[in-house]
Amino acid sequence: MEEGKAASSGKARRRQFLLDAARMACGVGVLAGTLALYAKQSRALPPHVLRPPGARPEPSYQGACIRCGLCVRDCPYGILDLAKPEERVATGTPYFIAREKPCEMCESIPCVKACPTGALDHGLTDINKARMGLAVLVDQETCLNYLGMRCEVCYRVCPLIDKAIKLELQQGQTHARFIPTVHSEHCTGCGKCEYACVLDVAAIKIFPIGAVKTDLGARRSAGWQKKAAQ
Amino acid sequence: MSKKRIGAEAAAAKGWWRAHKWLLARRSSQVAILALFLVGPLTGYWIVKGNLAFSYTLDVLPLTDPYVLLQSLLAGHVPAAKALMGGAIILAFYAVAGGRVYCSWVCPLNAVTDLAAWLRRQLGVKAGARLPRQVRYWMLGATLVLAAVTGTIAWELVNPVSMLHRGLIFGLGAAWALVAVVFLFDLFVVGRGWCGHVCPVGAFYSLLALKSPLRVRTARRAQCDDCMDCYAVCPEMHVIKPALKGAHLGLGPVISSPNCTNCGRCIDVCPRDVFEFGTRLGQWRPT
Repeated sequence: MEEGKAASSGKARRRQFLLDAARMACGVGVLAGTLALYAKQSRALPPHVLRPPGARPEPSYQGACIRCGLCVRDCPYGILDLAKPEERVATGTPYFIAREKPCEMCESIPCVKACPTGALDHGLTDINKARMGLAVLVDQETCLNYLGMRCEVCYRVCPLIDKAIKLELQQGQTHARFIPTVHSEHCTGCGKCEYACVLDVAAIKIFPIGAVKTDLGARRSAGWQKKAAQ
Repeated sequence: MSKKRIGAEAAAAKGWWRAHKWLLARRSSQVAILALFLVGPLTGYWIVKGNLAFSYTLDVLPLTDPYVLLQSLLAGHVPAAKALMGGAIILAFYAVAGGRVYCSWVCPLNAVTDLAAWLRRQLGVKAGARLPRQVRYWMLGATLVLAAVTGTIAWELVNPVSMLHRGLIFGLGAAWALVAVVFLFDLFVVGRGWCGHVCPVGAFYSLLALKSPLRVRTARRAQCDDCMDCYAVCPEMHVIKPALKGAHLGLGPVISSPNCTNCGRCIDVCPRDVFEFGTRLGQWRPT
């Protein structure tokens, strides 16, 4: 009798334990699922937003950045901000918007030095090697130089003038045009060109490199370059 | 309301100051820590840079939140030495002081949830949902799994603790809304709901306190006259009973539950001086 009672109460306890565990697992599971979806939405940056120099690529950056804001503090130009929850950038992570305040490309890269986790790669010691993004002259219909004028502001403000942006002469049918041309092997994505573009909406913009840069691929390469290399 | 005011008896027996000693000490600690973070941005003279996730004091002392660090590791990033060192310092400190000292002496959200608990008592809010206190450990597990699965520190997207602290220093934005949600949840849905049932940060720090030596003791438990004031103010009231009433089971007098936040409020409100801060190790000193 006694034994049977103990066994059944043990069974009841076990049953209760399993029920409680299932209840909590399901409840927390719903919350976790929601958060996972939200985390998925936050993986990509909006196209007009840039990370500080040396930032690891998204989304692994969001696994490395602990959102302490030391980079924000050590930026001498006050360019960086930590994302607030209502903004479209992962909460608490640092960013800047080139059209508002571009990176000044400090030689000592204080933001990278300040980063305690290495989310901003400490291996970046030459700011000219930074790749925050890539400038692209997106709107050839409105760019004043494309229209035949000599605006060239993006070219003049480029910290790597004649390397990252060159003016390339193009003979048109009526007159010559000087086309601002970005060279990805030099462009750091600092955003000075986007900031300085005189149009209401910049004709040249910085984009994540992965979104705009393509690769010739192994099977297609320019024959004359190959010849020159040989 | 015919009910007596909690702590009134203690104030009468020991004087107002002694009946609020640890509460005042704790609020001072919370304000002082926040002030240290705010001096820099407000005056330009930097003592502490950063926030509770990582701070750098006088350009020499790194302190890192080990829970965030753990999530980062699980997300697949090995943090640089400075962050790891800061994490080790914090781990060592709370392993001695009691992990949840973070909750009651440092966390900025504590003032919010304490206010909700106080208001809940004043308004006599009794109704609400039942929620097991173990939920926090499931939350802790879920946040760690999420970090590993998403490869990001997903919890930091919504963590109201870091959002409030970061917000106070770097700009609050809409974080106030999340803090308000926590406040209302504690006030109307589950008493002491956030800190005592849900928060995975507190769960993490609870686990840190499993062996911590600094503890509240029911040193003079024989003097207890069952006024119940300690239970009423305790944010984790389940921790008191084994120590206070478990003598016949060989339990206590040390409050050994890792959920105890070492806030010392029970010491304050006890009119008969049953409680005191002590260690887990020392002899029981009968008085």
